Amino acid sequence: MSEIATPHAPTAPARPHAGDSYLTAEQGIASWFLTTDHKRIALLYMAALTVFFFIGGAAAVAIRIELVTPAADLLSADGYNRMFTLHGLVMVWFFLVPSIPNTLGNFLLPLMIGARDLAFPRLNLFSWYLFIGAGALLLFALVAGGVDTGWTFYTPYSTTYSNSYVLTAALAVVLVGFSSIATGVNFIATIHLLRAPGMTWFRLPLLVWAIYGTSLVIVLATPVLAAVLLLVVAERAFGLPVFDPARGGDPLLFQHLFWFYSHPAVYIMILPSFGVVSELITCFSRRQVFGYSFMVYAIMWIAVIGFLVWGHHMFVSGQSLYVSLAFSFLSFVIAVPSAIKVFNWTFTLYRGQITFEAPMLYALGFIGLFTIGGLTGLVLASIPIDVHVTDTYYVVAHFHFIMVGGAVTAFYGGLTFWWPKVTGRLYPQFWSRFGAILMFFGFAFTFFPMFIMGFLGMPRRYQVYPPEFQVWHILSSAGAVILAGAYLLPIGYLAWSLFWGKRAGDNPWEATGLEWQTSSPPPRDNFRSPPVVDTGPYDYHPDGEGPHHTERAPHRMQGRQT
Amino acid sequence: MSGISVWPVAASEAAGKVDAIVIFLLVISGAILALVGALVLTFSIRYRRGSSARRGALPELVNREVEVGWTAATLLLALFIFAWAGSTELSAFQPGPDALEIHVTAKQWMWKAQHPNGAREIDALHVPRGEQVRLLMTSEDAIHSFFVPAFRIKQDVLPGRLTELRFRATLTGEYTLFCAEYCGTLHARMGGTVTVMEPEDYARWLAAQPEGDDLGREGRALFVSLGCAGCHEGSTVVRAPGLAGVYGRAVNLADGRVVRADEAYIRDSILQPKRDVVAGYQPLMPSFAGLVGEDELVRLIAYIRSLRTEGPS
Amino acid sequence: MSEALREPWDSLRRQREAASFGMWIYVSSEALLFAGLILAFAANRFLHPEAFAAAGRETNVIYGTVNTLVLLTSSLTMAVGAEAARARLRTLALRALGATLVLGLAFLVIKGFEWREDILQHLVPGPGFKLDNPETQIFFALYWIMTALHGLHLTGGLGAVGWLSWQAWHDERPLRSPAFEAVALYWHLVDIVWVFLYPLLYLGGRT
Ligand code: HEA
Ligand code: HEA
Ligand code: HEC
Ligand code: CUA
Ligand SMILES: [Cu+2]
Repeated sequence: MSEIATPHAPTAPARPHAGDSYLTAEQGIASWFLTTDHKRIALLYMAALTVFFFIGGAAAVAIRIELVTPAADLLSADGYNRMFTLHGLVMVWFFLVPSIPNTLGNFLLPLMIGARDLAFPRLNLFSWYLFIGAGALLLFALVAGGVDTGWTFYTPYSTTYSNSYVLTAALAVVLVGFSSIATGVNFIATIHLLRAPGMTWFRLPLLVWAIYGTSLVIVLATPVLAAVLLLVVAERAFGLPVFDPARGGDPLLFQHLFWFYSHPAVYIMILPSFGVVSELITCFSRRQVFGYSFMVYAIMWIAVIGFLVWGHHMFVSGQSLYVSLAFSFLSFVIAVPSAIKVFNWTFTLYRGQITFEAPMLYALGFIGLFTIGGLTGLVLASIPIDVHVTDTYYVVAHFHFIMVGGAVTAFYGGLTFWWPKVTGRLYPQFWSRFGAILMFFGFAFTFFPMFIMGFLGMPRRYQVYPPEFQVWHILSSAGAVILAGAYLLPIGYLAWSLFWGKRAGDNPWEATGLEWQTSSPPPRDNFRSPPVVDTGPYDYHPDGEGPHHTERAPHRMQGRQT
Repeated sequence: MSGISVWPVAASEAAGKVDAIVIFLLVISGAILALVGALVLTFSIRYRRGSSARRGALPELVNREVEVGWTAATLLLALFIFAWAGSTELSAFQPGPDALEIHVTAKQWMWKAQHPNGAREIDALHVPRGEQVRLLMTSEDAIHSFFVPAFRIKQDVLPGRLTELRFRATLTGEYTLFCAEYCGTLHARMGGTVTVMEPEDYARWLAAQPEGDDLGREGRALFVSLGCAGCHEGSTVVRAPGLAGVYGRAVNLADGRVVRADEAYIRDSILQPKRDVVAGYQPLMPSFAGLVGEDELVRLIAYIRSLRTEGPS
Repeated sequence: MSEALREPWDSLRRQREAASFGMWIYVSSEALLFAGLILAFAANRFLHPEAFAAAGRETNVIYGTVNTLVLLTSSLTMAVGAEAARARLRTLALRALGATLVLGLAFLVIKGFEWREDILQHLVPGPGFKLDNPETQIFFALYWIMTALHGLHLTGGLGAVGWLSWQAWHDERPLRSPAFEAVALYWHLVDIVWVFLYPLLYLGGRT
C-alpha cells in the first residue's frame, strides 16, 4: 500500500527492478522501429518532432533575419513566400498538432488510466510511419522547390496561379491528417475501454480529459480538411475545376471548408496544453484543482463550440454581414470556458503551498501569455476591429501568443515535468529554471512588438515593408535570438541528464497520478500489478483542509497496486 | 516618416468609431490581465512554501457559487463587447444614397481604378474629402484585399464577383494602400497611395486627367457590338425586358423572388442569365460568361446604370 | 492457429467490443470525409441549379442503378459473412465472404465501363467538354472525384475482405477474431456512402 508518499528525495535509490524498464526490456534497432510499446512510440514521435521543430525554427530564423531591414536582402520574393509557407505548414501540422498528444499523451495516457498499453498498439506504430511518410513527402516538396501558398492554401491562388509544389504539400498534409485521425481513434477507444477498475470518468486526470476532447475534435474535423485538400489536389493534378472562378466556382467555398477544420484545429493545439498546465499547477501548489467538474465541462464546451466559429476568419472575405455577426457572437461565447480555466488555475494557487520548480515556472508563464493571446482573440472577434487588423501582424502576434507562448510553453513544461518518469533521470534545476524564465521574456520580446506594428497596419506575408515599421521588426528579430536560445537550452541540459543526471525516484515531485506509482522509467507493461483506483485525482491534502504551511501534507496516491 | 508612432492616423469616418472600441477593449483587457496577473503573483508569493500565511480549507466565500459567478460575469462582459462591436458594424453598414462610385480592378500585382468620367489611375486613387466614396471592386486573378490603414478599412477583392467598400475620408493627405490578402510573388509590392483632396481640388484634378471615353458611352458601344441591343431594344423576334430604369428598381423574378437590381444583379444577369429570370419572360438570354471581360462588364454595368435617368419607368 | 486475444486485452469480449467501437469512430470520421465533398457539391448545386440539372442528365442512370443494387446485396452478404464467422459456421462464412468479393468486383467492373463511356462522351472537364455551359464542368469535376474516391475505398474494402477470407480459408485466423465484424462495418460505410452519391449524381437532373 503506497498510500503514503515516498519521501521527497531525488537521490532515492532506483527500484531494484528498474533494470528491466521499457528502455532496456528489448535490445536492438528493430526493437525500436517495430515496437508496439506506446512508451517507445512516444519517444519515436519525440525524435521526429524535434527534427521538424528545428526545420520550422530554421525557417522562422530566416524570416526574422529577412525582416530586419525593409528591403529584400536575404531571400528572393518567391523565396520568402516559400519560407513562411514552410514555417506555417511544418509548425502547425508537423509539430504543434502532434506535439503534446503524440509524445506526452502517447506515453502517459495508458499510465494515467492504469492500462498496459493503448487499445490498438499496432495502429499506434502505423500512425507513426504514416507521420514519417507524410513528413518525407513534405520535405521532398521543400527541397524540390518549395510551396508558396501560405499554410492556408487559399484558392484560386493555390489551384490556378501558384507554380510551386502545392500538390505534394497538400498530399503530405492529407497524410499527416490521417495519421492524427488514427491516433485520435486509438486514444478515444483507450479511454473508453481500458480504464483501471475504479477509474470512473470523473476520476480521470484533467490531462486525460483534455486529450479525450482533442481526439474527438481531431476525428471529426480532420477528414473535412482531407476532403477540401483532395479537391485542390484534383484540380491541380487532373484539372477538375471545383474552385475555378472562370467556370463559376465559388471563391469562398474553399475558405469555408478550410476554416471549418482549421478553427477546431486551433483547439486541437491548445486543449492538450490546458491538460498539462492543470497537472503542473495542482502538483506544485499542493492543492486539489479548483473546480474539477467545471474544468471538465469547459474542455467539452470548447470542443463542441469550436466547430461553430470558423467564419471569424472571413470577416472581410465578402461573406454576408449577418453571417459575420453570428460567428462573432459565437467567438465571444467560446471565450468563456477559457476564462473558467484561467480563473480556476489561479484559484488553485490560493492557499496552496507553492514551490517553483521549472515545470511550475513554465505553467505560470503559460497563464500569462495565454491570457494575452486569448484577450487579443476577443479583439479580433469584434468585427470592426478585425476589419482593420485582419491579415496584419496583429493576427500573427495573436496566434503566436497562444500557440508559441501557450502551447509550446506548456509542451516544455510537460516535458520537464515528466522527463524523470520517461528517462528515470533528474536534470539540473538551476538551468531549467533559467531556461523557463528566459523563454518567457524572450517570447514577449519577440512577439509583443507585432501587436503594435500590426495595429499600425503592417500586413502579414510581406517581405518588404515601409520603413516606419522597421523599429518593431528589429525588436522582434532581436527577441527571436533570445527565444531560440531558450528553446535550445533544454535540449542541452536534458541530454546532459541522460548521462550524468541523478536517478529519479518513482515519484520525484510527490504527485498523485497513477503514472507516478510505477517505477521510473516504467516497466514494459507499465505496472507490476494492475492498479485499482478508489479516489479522484489530485488528493494533495485531506478534503476540507489545505496543506500545512511548512512540511508537505501527506498526499494520497490515486490508486493502489493490488 | 519621422519618430515612432504607436497609433495610426485616423483619416476616415470609420476610424474614429473603430478607435473608440479599440481603446475600450484595451482598457478591459488591461484590467483583466492586471487582475489575473495580480492574483497569480500575490498568491505565488503569499502561499510560497514555508510562508506563514494561513492555509487550511477554502473559506466559504470561495466555492461553487464563485465559479458560477465569474462564468456568468465573463459571459455578460463578452456579450456586452459583442453587442457594442456588432452594433457599430451594423450602423456603419447602412448605404449612403449618393456615393461617388469608383471601379477598382485588382490583378497580380497592381490596382486599377476608374472614375465615373472614365479617368483611369494605376496603384493610386484620388478621392474628395467628406464625400461618401463607394468602391466597386473585382479581381482578374487571385484574391486580393484593399487595405488602407489610415481609414481602418479592408475588403477582399474576389475573382468573378463584385465586392464593395464604402468610406468617407475626413483628412486630406496621402495614405498608403496595401494588398492585404496573399496573392503570390509580388504580394508585398502590390500597393499604392490614396490621396484625399478637398472637393474642389479633386474636381480640378479630375478635369486635368486625360478624359478617357466615359464608362457609360463605352458601355453603350459594347451594348450594341455584343448584340444586347438586338434583344433589349424593341426586338421583334425576342421579347426581352427594356433596361431603362432597371438599375436600382426591385425586379420580380419568375420564381417569385423579388430582388433589387444592383451591380451584382446586373452582373449575374449578364454572366448567368438563367439564375434569376425576370417574371414574364422566357430564359432566352444567352450567358456571356467568358465572352465579356471584367473591364467590359464594368462598362456595360455603367451604361445600364446610366439608363436610370432616361425613359419612362 | 494463432490465439485471437492480443495485448493489451485480457478478455476476448472486451477486445471484440474495442474492435467494433474503434471501427465505429473511424467510420464516422470517414463519413465526414465524404460529407465534406457532398457539402461542396450541395453548395455548387445551389449556386448553379440548372447547370447541375443539365449535367446530371448526362450520367448513365442504368449503370448507376445496377451498381446500387449490386452494392446493397454485397452489404447483405457481408453481414451474413460476419455473423456466420462469429457463430463459427466456417463454410457459410467463407461462402458469404466470397460472394461479397464477387459483388464488390462486379461493382468496380461496371463502374469501369461507365467511366470508359463517360470519357468517350467527353465528360471529362477541360477543353472539348461535351456541354458548353462551363458550370456543368464543376458537376463532373465532383462526379469524378467522388466516384473515384468511393472506388478507392471499395478497393480497400475488397483488399481487407480478401485478406480475411484467405486467412480464414487457411485456418490462419480464428473465426472468433473481431476483425470480421470490423471489416463488415467498414464495408457498410462504403455502401452507405454510395447510397448518398447515387441520388446526387444520377437522379438529380432527372426528377
Ligand atoms: C492554439 C491556437 C489558437 C487559439 C486557442 C485561439 C483562440 C482564439 N482565437 Fe485565434 N487564431 C489562431 C490560433 C488560435 N486562436 C490562428 C493560428 C489564427 C490565424 C490563422 C491565419 O489566418 O493564419 C487565429 C486567428 C483568429 C481570428 C481571425 C483573425 C483574422 O485573420 O482576421 C480570430 C477572430 O475572431 C480569432 C479569435 C480567437 C478567439 C476569440 C479565441 C478564444 O478561444 C480565446 C479565449 C481565451 C481568452 C478570452 C483568454 C482567457 C479569458 C480570461 C482571462 C477571462 C476574460 C475573458 C472575457 C472577458 C471573455 N483568432
Ligand atoms: C504553430 C506553431 C508556430 C510556432 C512554434 C512558430 C514559431 C515562430 N514563428 Fe511563426 N507562424 C506560424 C506558426 C508558428 N510559428 C504560422 C501558422 C504562421 C503563418 C504562416 C502563414 O502566413 O502562412 C507563422 C508565421 C510567422 C511569421 C509571419 C510571416 C509573415 O507573415 O510574413 C513570423 C514573423 O516573424 C513568425 C515568426 C516566428 C518565430 C520567430 C517563432 C519562434 O517561436 C521560433 C523559435 C524557435 C526556434 C528558433 C527553433 C530553435 C532551433 C534553432 C534556432 C535552430 C535553427 C537552425 C538554424 C538557424 C540553422 N511566424
Ligand atoms: C437573345 C436575346 C438577348 C440578348 C442577346 C441579351 N439579352 Fe439580356 N435578357 C434577355 C431576356 C429574354 C431577358 C429576360 C429573362 C431573363 O432575365 O433572363 C433578359 C434580361 C436581362 C437583364 C435583366 C433585366 C431586368 O429587368 O432585370 C439584364 C440586365 C440584361 N438582360 C442585360 C443584357 C446585356 C448587358 C446583354 C449584352 C451583353 C444582353 N442582356 C443580351 C434577352 C437577351
Ligand atoms: Cu494582391 Cu496581395
Ligand atoms: Cu479561429
